[in-house]
Amino acid sequence: MNIDSIHRGIVLDHIQAGRSMEIYQALNLGDLPCSVAIIRNVKSQAMGKKDIIKIDDDIDIDLDVLGYLDPGITVNIIVDGVIAEKKHLALPERLVNVVKCRNPRCITTVETQLDQVFRLVHPEERVYRCAYCDAEQRQRK
Amino acid sequence: MRNLIDIADLSPAEIDDLIRLAGDMRAHPADYRESQRGRILATLFFEPSTRTRLSFESAMLSMGGGVLGFASADSSSTAKGESLQDTIRTVSCYCDLIAMRHPKEGAPIAASLKSEVPIINAGDGGHNHPTQTLTDLMTIHREKGTFSGLTVGLCGDLKFGRTVHSLVTAMSRYPGVRFVMISPQELRLPGYLIQQLAVQGIPYAEVERMEDVLPELDILYMTRVQRERFFNEADYVRLKDTYILTPEKMQLAGPNLRVMHPLPRVNEISPKVDADPRAVYFEQVRNGRYIRMALITRLLEEVQ
Ligand SMILES: [Zn+2]
Repeated sequence: MNIDSIHRGIVLDHIQAGRSMEIYQALNLGDLPCSVAIIRNVKSQAMGKKDIIKIDDDIDIDLDVLGYLDPGITVNIIVDGVIAEKKHLALPERLVNVVKCRNPRCITTVETQLDQVFRLVHPEERVYRCAYCDAEQRQRK
Repeated sequence: MRNLIDIADLSPAEIDDLIRLAGDMRAHPADYRESQRGRILATLFFEPSTRTRLSFESAMLSMGGGVLGFASADSSSTAKGESLQDTIRTVSCYCDLIAMRHPKEGAPIAASLKSEVPIINAGDGGHNHPTQTLTDLMTIHREKGTFSGLTVGLCGDLKFGRTVHSLVTAMSRYPGVRFVMISPQELRLPGYLIQQLAVQGIPYAEVERMEDVLPELDILYMTRVQRERFFNEADYVRLKDTYILTPEKMQLAGPNLRVMHPLPRVNEISPKVDADPRAVYFEQVRNGRYIRMALITRLLEEVQ
C-alpha cells in the first residue's frame, strides 16, 4: 500500500497527535482484511502535530464512536483517488454501545444484554448521562 | 403508554390533578370501591420493602382490583437467574399494571422497554422513588392548601436521602418556595442540587442546628442521621441531639409548622411528639394510599 495515495477508501485526518492507536482500536480497524496505515506526528499548520489513519477500503465507519472520541477529526471519503466527500464530525447526541456505565449500582452492570445508552447533556463540557441511572460521564477533550 | 419512573415525568398540572383526585378518594372512598374491578396490579419487589408494597396493594384493593407479585428476589424467578426483562415480559402478560422495586438504579427504565403494561417505579436503589414524593407533595398541599411561598426545612441526612432530593426538585417548580437545609457538614445536600437552586434563583440557607431555624419553618421534613455516615465520633457526639425532634424543640416552632418524615423512623423523632397536632407523618402514610390509588387510576385510564 502506498500510504500517500489511496484509490478508494477513507482517510481520517486531524486526529490529535498520539491518539491514533486509541481510534484504531475503538473502530476495530485491526479486524479489517484491507491495509490500514497509521501515520503519526504529521506536521499540521492548525494543530502543530496530528495523526492520520488511512484505510484502503470503503468501509462503514461508526461516526458516533469517532465523534465521541474526537469531534475534531475529519473523515475524507476517497473515490478514484480523489476526495469525494469530507465529513466533519460533531459530538453525538446519543451514544449506543459506545461507552459503558461506570456506576456500579446501575442496572446495566447486571442486565448485560441491555444496550448501553448515553445522552449528551452538557455539550461544552462533553458530559454524557446514562439513560438508565443518570450517572454522568465526561469525555476528555 | 405512560409510566411513572421519575417525579419529573409528571408536569405540575398532572401532579395537581393527582392530588385533587386523591383528595376526593380520601373524602369519598365508597365512590371508588369498585372502580378497578377486574384489573390486576403486579407488585414486583426484587428488594423487600414491606410498607411500600403494602401501600400499593392496599391502594389497588381499595378500588376492587386484584394484586399478585412477590416480596423479595429470592422468591422470584430472578433467583433462578432469569433476566429482569424476561421477568417483566412474562408478568406483563398476567396484569394490567406493574409496581416494581429493584436495588439497581435505572431498573424500571430497563423494565419499561419490554413491558406491555405501565410501570410504576416503587424505588430503584438510591435513585428515584416518585410515589414517596407524590405522597409528600399531597401531604404538604393538604396541610397548607398551597405549595407557593412555603419555607421548607429539610433535616438530617441530606446527602444520601433520595426522598429529600426528589422533594427539593419537585418543590422547586413552585413560586416563592424557600429551603432551609439542616444537616452536619458531612451530610449536606449534594452540590448539583445546590447549584440547581442557585441557577433557578431559589433562596436557600444551610445551617447545622435545628434550634436556630425552627420558628421560621412551615414544613420540617425529618430524615434519619446514621452514625456510620459521620467522619468522626466527636462530630457525631456534638451534633446527634440537634437532629432529634423533641417536645421541647417543638415549643420553639410556630403553630402552623407541620412535621413530616418518610418513615420508618428510628429515634430522630421522639414518640412524645406524635400527639402534637403539628406532627403529620402518619397522615403521610394515609395519604400514600390515596395518592397511589389516584396514580393507578390515571395510568389505567390511559391504557383503556
Ligand atoms: Zn448507568
